[in-house]
Amino acid sequence: MTAEEMPEIVEELGTAGAVREVDVVTTGTFGAMCSSGVFLNVGHSDPPIKILKAYLNKVEAYGGVAAVDLFLGATQPSEDRGIEYGGAHVIEDLVAGRRVDMEAVGAGTDCYPQVELETSLRLDDINQATMLNPRNAYQRYNAATNSSDRTVHTYMGTLLPKYGNIHYCGAGVLSPISNDPKFDYIGIGTRIFLAGAQGYVVGSGTQHNPQNNFSTLMVTGDLKRMSTRFLRASTFYKYGSSLYLGIGIPIPILNETIAQNTAVRDRDILVSIVDYGIPRRDRPTIKVVSYEDLKSGFVEINGKDIPASPLSSFHMAREVADTLKCQIERGEFLLTQAVEPLSRLGSARPMKQTKEFPKVEDVMSRDVVVVKEGIRVDEAAKVIVGGSFDHLPIISDEGMLIGIVTAWDISKAVAGGKTSKVSEIMTRRVYAARPDEPIELAARTLDIHSISALPVVDKENKVIGMVTSNDLSRLFARRR
Amino acid sequence: MTKLMLRVAPGIVRQPIIASVILETSALLNIERARIDAAQGEIVLEVSPDKCKEVKMAFERRGVDVEILEMPVSRDEGECIHCGGCVSICPTSTFRFEEWWVVMDSGKCIQCGSCVEACPQRALRLMLR
Repeated sequence: MTAEEMPEIVEELGTAGAVREVDVVTTGTFGAMCSSGVFLNVGHSDPPIKILKAYLNKVEAYGGVAAVDLFLGATQPSEDRGIEYGGAHVIEDLVAGRRVDMEAVGAGTDCYPQVELETSLRLDDINQATMLNPRNAYQRYNAATNSSDRTVHTYMGTLLPKYGNIHYCGAGVLSPISNDPKFDYIGIGTRIFLAGAQGYVVGSGTQHNPQNNFSTLMVTGDLKRMSTRFLRASTFYKYGSSLYLGIGIPIPILNETIAQNTAVRDRDILVSIVDYGIPRRDRPTIKVVSYEDLKSGFVEINGKDIPASPLSSFHMAREVADTLKCQIERGEFLLTQAVEPLSRLGSARPMKQTKEFPKVEDVMSRDVVVVKEGIRVDEAAKVIVGGSFDHLPIISDEGMLIGIVTAWDISKAVAGGKTSKVSEIMTRRVYAARPDEPIELAARTLDIHSISALPVVDKENKVIGMVTSNDLSRLFARRR
Repeated sequence: MTKLMLRVAPGIVRQPIIASVILETSALLNIERARIDAAQGEIVLEVSPDKCKEVKMAFERRGVDVEILEMPVSRDEGECIHCGGCVSICPTSTFRFEEWWVVMDSGKCIQCGSCVEACPQRALRLMLR
């Protein structure tokens, strides 16, 4: 059985009946798994080299492990093509049997005198190519949308402005860990399907967080036995490279608890839709939905049906689960007993940051002059000249920020003979900053929109300060 | 609707060709994309199938090279993994799922290029662009 077929079996036969009738349920997932990489042993050269830095097709591999062991990470960009060709692409090229050029720089020691080296390698020429992925097969993953007024390019794909679309990841009903959330079967040493090869669970993955149903796996497998059918390099536009992997785990139906867990449906697995328009760690949740809702293709937000589509391939997840099912039926894939169960406790705490970044409120000027929308252009000009600044925020009668005019806007209006109300010439689409925002974000906003000042507003959208590119450059100059 | 790709030679770029074709054929033309510079012009327009032949000939008589755009966007089937990265970002719903295979209705495409950037496998390509 695949995990997609199991809910109906359990509904029909009950858990006791399912234990009698079903031997194994196969799961599968096929998605971008950024936290992936490969240990490569490239063999010793003559004269020998202790590799300090190595580049495979111009993608740097970490050389700080002994002399000729390298770790190549999936998201490392290349020196020449950037994110369009990264570590994931080198891994796919190796699996496809293609030649990969290596340049290495050595330390130059008495035992390893070689200091520079160039060669060209195929997977067959490499002693060991062991995939070791710190964090794969997330139990479930939060979906993404974007409330801001510009398109954002993220690891969750292209998110269109003003809730233009929703992207989600994960196989839902077929997700390996969602079918065994308490680790009644999956544990250290469990044999798994990893990109076409037989791999193993090393243990719980990084950011493993079973308390909140965000468990992960660390997995390993022999790259030489993998197939490009289930291992594909990818690039997320303006974000980076990543590796799509097919991972499947068979779950033997040993008891009624396991039968019940594998009867999980898309509608039982809930995720938050979070707002990637807010570039902070704690992104606000817009709505909680199930995989069934997401897979329907539309989710309602603020009264509108927003198109939702996945970035992981459910079609390929099915192929993983089906392939694993066939391999088990033919006796090619044997199930294992775990050496130890996975930990039911994990940790995905935020980073402890010892060096505080200055916030907008630390650099903004507080004596900001604002005017109401009703005033005339010439009056606004006088205010600007009197205060010797370039940006004048415009507020409504209730005191909310509704626009901004610059000295340039006023000159343009006067040159064009327009001297009526300032509300006619102001920019209504104002970018503003929050006082508790790190200055890095304010600087990015200024840069993206090619502007030189941001009004700072409180929660009620009332102007409490102004931060200009001058404030930021002054801060930068002082720091050096 | 049928899409036509027009290539306008340097010598006639400055003439009101589209207007004169509309007046002659009384066809409703929807200009979807136009790029004209000093050297030449490239225009994609949409016309109803029954007027297509007449419009095509009218342009050709005026020295415009016309090609019927049957596949505005094409996909490398070997690269596509049917993830769906193209589905919700397309403004004209060119892509949709059928039993979790991504199928495309190329005729809906207006060649905006959003899907080409968004495809993680770089499997999509705009024709004639």
